[in-house]
Amino acid sequence: MAEHAKFTEEMKKTHTILVPNMLPVHFKLFISMFEQYGYHMELLETTSRAVVDEGLKNVHNDTCYPALLVIGQFLEALKSGRYDVNRVALLITQTGGGCRASNYIHLLRKAVEREFPQVPVISLNFSGLEKDSAFRITPPMFLKLLYGVLYGDLLMSLYNQCKPYELERDATDRCLAKWQKKLEQSFANGDYLHTGRNYKAILDDFAKLERSKVKKIRVGIVGEIYVKYSPLANNGLEKFLLSEGCEPVVPALLEFVMYCAVGTVVDAKLYDHTTNMTRLYRLGYKLIYSRLKQQIRIVKQHGVFEPPHDFEEVRRTADEYISQGVSMGEGWLIPAEMAMLAESGTKNIICAQPFGCLPNHIVAKGMSRAIKQKHPDANIVAIDYDPGATRVNQENRIKLMLSNARME
Amino acid sequence: MQTQYSLGIDVGSTTVKTVVIDDAKQIIRSRYQRHYSRIKETVSEQLEQIAEEYPDSLFTLCITGSAGLGLANHADLPFVQEVHAAFIAVKQAYPDTDVVIELGGEDAKIIFLTGGVEQRMNGSCAGGTGAFIDQMATLLGVTADELDRLALQAEQVYPIASRCGVFAKSDIQPLLNQGARREDISASIFQAVVDQTVSGLAQGRQIQGKVLFLGGPLSFQKGLRKAFVQTLGLDDAHAVFPDTAPVFVAYGCALFAREGGTPMRLSDCLEKLKKARGGEQRMTGRRLFEDRSEYEAFIQRHKQHDLKYADLHTYTGDAYLGVDAGSTTTKLVLITGKGELLYSHYASNQGQPLDKIAEKLREIYREKNPGLRIRASAVTGYGEELMKDGLGMDFGIVETVAHYRAASYFCPDVDFIIDIGGQDIKCFKIKNHTIDSIMLNEACSSGCGSFIQSFAQAMGYDIAEFSQLGLFARNPVDLGSRCTVFMNSSVKQAQKDGATVEDISAGLSASIIKNAIYKVIRAKSVEELGQNIVVQGGTFLNDAVLRSFEQELGRNVIRPAISGLMGAFGAALYAMEHQKAESTLISPEALADFSYTTRAATCKGCTAHCSLSIVRFSDGHTHISGNRCEKGAGKAKTSSLPSMMANKYDIILHTNDTQPEHPKASVGLPMALSFYEQMPFWHTFFTTLGFATVRSEESDRSVYYKGQHTIASDTICYPAKLTHGHIESLLEQNVDFIFYPCMSYNIDEGENDNHYNCPVVAYYPELLKANNPRLNKQNFRFPYMDLNQPKNVARVMQEALADYGITRKQTKAATEAAFAAQKQYREQVIAQGQQVIAQARAEGKPIIVLAGRPYHIDPEINHGIHKLITSLGMAVVTEDCVAHLGHVHDLQILNQWTYHARLYRAAEYVTTQPDMQLVQLVSFGCGIDAITTDEVRAILERKGKFYTQLKIDEINNLGAAKIRLRSLVAAMEHGAEQ
Repeated sequence: MAEHAKFTEEMKKTHTILVPNMLPVHFKLFISMFEQYGYHMELLETTSRAVVDEGLKNVHNDTCYPALLVIGQFLEALKSGRYDVNRVALLITQTGGGCRASNYIHLLRKAVEREFPQVPVISLNFSGLEKDSAFRITPPMFLKLLYGVLYGDLLMSLYNQCKPYELERDATDRCLAKWQKKLEQSFANGDYLHTGRNYKAILDDFAKLERSKVKKIRVGIVGEIYVKYSPLANNGLEKFLLSEGCEPVVPALLEFVMYCAVGTVVDAKLYDHTTNMTRLYRLGYKLIYSRLKQQIRIVKQHGVFEPPHDFEEVRRTADEYISQGVSMGEGWLIPAEMAMLAESGTKNIICAQPFGCLPNHIVAKGMSRAIKQKHPDANIVAIDYDPGATRVNQENRIKLMLSNARME
Repeated sequence: MQTQYSLGIDVGSTTVKTVVIDDAKQIIRSRYQRHYSRIKETVSEQLEQIAEEYPDSLFTLCITGSAGLGLANHADLPFVQEVHAAFIAVKQAYPDTDVVIELGGEDAKIIFLTGGVEQRMNGSCAGGTGAFIDQMATLLGVTADELDRLALQAEQVYPIASRCGVFAKSDIQPLLNQGARREDISASIFQAVVDQTVSGLAQGRQIQGKVLFLGGPLSFQKGLRKAFVQTLGLDDAHAVFPDTAPVFVAYGCALFAREGGTPMRLSDCLEKLKKARGGEQRMTGRRLFEDRSEYEAFIQRHKQHDLKYADLHTYTGDAYLGVDAGSTTTKLVLITGKGELLYSHYASNQGQPLDKIAEKLREIYREKNPGLRIRASAVTGYGEELMKDGLGMDFGIVETVAHYRAASYFCPDVDFIIDIGGQDIKCFKIKNHTIDSIMLNEACSSGCGSFIQSFAQAMGYDIAEFSQLGLFARNPVDLGSRCTVFMNSSVKQAQKDGATVEDISAGLSASIIKNAIYKVIRAKSVEELGQNIVVQGGTFLNDAVLRSFEQELGRNVIRPAISGLMGAFGAALYAMEHQKAESTLISPEALADFSYTTRAATCKGCTAHCSLSIVRFSDGHTHISGNRCEKGAGKAKTSSLPSMMANKYDIILHTNDTQPEHPKASVGLPMALSFYEQMPFWHTFFTTLGFATVRSEESDRSVYYKGQHTIASDTICYPAKLTHGHIESLLEQNVDFIFYPCMSYNIDEGENDNHYNCPVVAYYPELLKANNPRLNKQNFRFPYMDLNQPKNVARVMQEALADYGITRKQTKAATEAAFAAQKQYREQVIAQGQQVIAQARAEGKPIIVLAGRPYHIDPEINHGIHKLITSLGMAVVTEDCVAHLGHVHDLQILNQWTYHARLYRAAEYVTTQPDMQLVQLVSFGCGIDAITTDEVRAILERKGKFYTQLKIDEINNLGAAKIRLRSLVAAMEHGAEQ
């Protein structure tokens, strides 16, 4: 690997770390957590056309849309004059695995080094890549992040369950904003560990919102992780669905985290290759699962809202369609989530993916026939996102799905 | 009493359809009209007519159609999705229908009614069906109706890529230039539409039963109907073409409105339409010129670069003829010995380049001064060989050479040349007066130049007028840059949002330029291009395009006034410099009687079965094209240069020749993806255990069609698509089971960060299982394993074959034997590769490392490119013959795929060998190659090697590949001379 600017210990004090926005609710929690550990971070929320233009200019245009957007967003920020380029670093996730996404960080470095060789690019990963950086996730940080995911998922899910039905305009948004702020504080003062009490208070608060009883069409969103969640990438898909009078159902981020964690365990079994790393992942998986189970239990006891999927059940569902050995990109998780949604009454499913996404040929388009065979009333539509695809085109296809849904 | 009717308004991408129905659901009025993007006006006009005819009536109404969505939103009128509207109409009028196929202006739709209702539309790619046919008709210089008439007289159908319009165009263009019959091409265009519908849209669901065909193209074009009926094998009872097809969706829309719509007066509705504003925010780009004076200065600056002129009627002395038989246009110049222009011609070839040039040559002979003598002539471009054979032109030269020659006439120190023609974008970097690197566009970004032209025509302007419109646009629209299909739909959206023709014209120019800069040139900075940039090609005659280019680069460039004629001018200069004692150019007498006939044939020289076009000239000699190798051209093989692609294929093909005498059972091994590497492994494994192995048949078009109905994703690579046919082939052979393992990891060959397979190669069996209903647990076995762990392989295989009583001990032994066989295969490839290199060196021939993936040795995938290379006098080795000799140190990417890691090592090795060049084969849709291509190019160019990339798909026309390869040869020769 070529030499590139490193993130050093001193930079913690001097540098602002720019973070691409994927899930607004979650990422804001994460950032407040990193602040506790002395990192100064800022979430990039730019959505101007310049983002796409910079992406097109600096990345091979056949590269997937998420890479193009994230890199475009970074470069737009560096060139905007809003930041002192000698005092910023860029943070990007690196999942590892056989998908192109593992290369994002390298594509970003290629693009940044041309003009801003001094700007360090930091890898956020849990696979021990890039060990020479002063940016490190310690076990306590990891634990905090995990709680961030759990809280973020709960807020996102409750928001989606209330927003379409709210009677007082934007009451749900206010409730979300209130908890967003409250949780940021509790991550600072350690209160976040009282999950039982906090979950309950959150659930009570959302349950207090006045909601209509009219049933709306529920539309599940699955797909490539960035396009599925990021409004920048999916042209505000959730908002569009809300405007069409639907209830968006978005699976939890924790499912992706657990999918990644269990991957190593599954591979070890398939390929007879168990290492210490495997044991560590197995432990980690168990820990995360126990936290998830707790959340499910509390939501169920509360009795108003639908709990998140039980991940062990997600895995069992996957087995009916595809091997858990399919671990590149979002792998077996996509068909499993589609089937889970169909089984739990969300028959309309949008699979959001970057145009030309390789794993999705197999796990999304490739599996929808099998899922439809088992759930003939499931209504699955794959939507491609791309700098050249027009919104009208995408929305027309979603409308087709909705008119199918309304027919029933 | 007021009567009440229902009105359906279908606003498509090109037409507006209205239907009025009465209470008995009968159509009492319908209208079908092109809207030329004046959507609101056209709808209002039709409504006014209806209001006049039914003055005192109330209507329940509804809007539908791809362009109707925005209108309905803005005017606050009800909307129904168009496929749904069609569905309602079918239920009413043809309730016993099983499948509905509807082709519209830009969308293709299919509805399955029986066995689970399913409604589908084409994805974002492959857009354009009606528009696609229109575009193709323009290409042939005929109307859509004429195209239809031509198609009915076809004798032969050529395979044309059906993936999308841009691709098809790249396929058709060379056919035209080779003189293929227009009747045959017309039929091939329709067949491509059918194939796209069957594979892209049906995706695994069989189209059978009673099929209803809807939409404009299917109701007006008999040739298209015929192609559908034949391909689907339907009889008259099962293929229904309703008379109301063009307005059928509007009918469904009216039916929808009838149920539960609120009755209203049309005058109220018109009022609402009037108030509707195209409101959505549009992305706007930079203005081209702020005012007229800025434009004047720009014009003055570019006027400097012009030729001197001489008069054809009065000039006496020597003259030189240059012809550029381009893809869509024909260019011809006649110059004096001093480079003065005597005569020039630039026009669309209307699909008949030979006729055009003969006609112009006749004109020259007629008009010229008797004292003018044409001393030499040269031709370049797609139609080069045909012109040489037909008209006796003295020289045929590669386009790149012609363009460089012409550019250096205007600017001797030129550093960079960009040529944007109708179909292609070509760029060359010049270093030390040699062409240093060549960049050509890929299929996806082709056709930009001619796109503007057909678009202008569709809007009712000529191209010059249209491009002038953009110069002073206030808010140029941003139309994206992926390809012309996407641009087309962006234009549609912009129109809906109220963009003016001026804004669109300026936006199109900017899109073309972005395409060229970001996709083709891919320069990191403008400094890389150098100081002196010459732009040329017909498209640059458009001032708006030229201006966009200068703006995007932030630098002034040179555009010669004969920008569109540069290829021809370069050819004329070449002819002047290389003239022989006597020119072979056809004489005026011979030209007077000149005529020719064209006939299609299939070459039987080998299994490739090339589609040949045979042109017979009036003097009896013939010109054959379409052939990959010399055999097809009716000439004896001149070279016997070896190709490792052929050698490897031969080994893999015959791996299964040896079989046990009394096999336990038969195992089917598909000739697909990873098996092109691992066939020796699995053959040995199974035969050691006493199984017979059966391979699928060799790939060809028919194998592809066999499996087409189970393809799940229309944008996946062609090698993956072919796999479906191989599975069918094995099922036909009644093997006991098909074996096809899933492998996340490939074999670790070292010097890498990891050793994955790409997601498609790794898990394709999962997709096959899910989409082919004939596969089950028993007859299709696809266990997961890691070939780096022999123990794991032995365990997994024992479990997979337990029902045959196979023990772990046996699989362990078989695994060992298999590894040995695989090792032997690799050694054999490397040894043979060395022999090829040695032979080439003994003969003093250059060596091409044709670098791709193992499955690129499949002739249906590589389309015989390696034969083309050997016919150009170069030997071919594959990347895996030399990869072990190269060592990579500082890659800028994560080197984590086994097959791709070979590319980097092979490229690194090539840089150490003076007589080697690398040509990279890339399958369309390979996302991973978006990463490898940039890296391989960087490795090669860092050490002064050329980078040549050939993108391949189901397209089997090698025209573009040939130009790239010949340019490479020319550049290599030039480099050697220096």
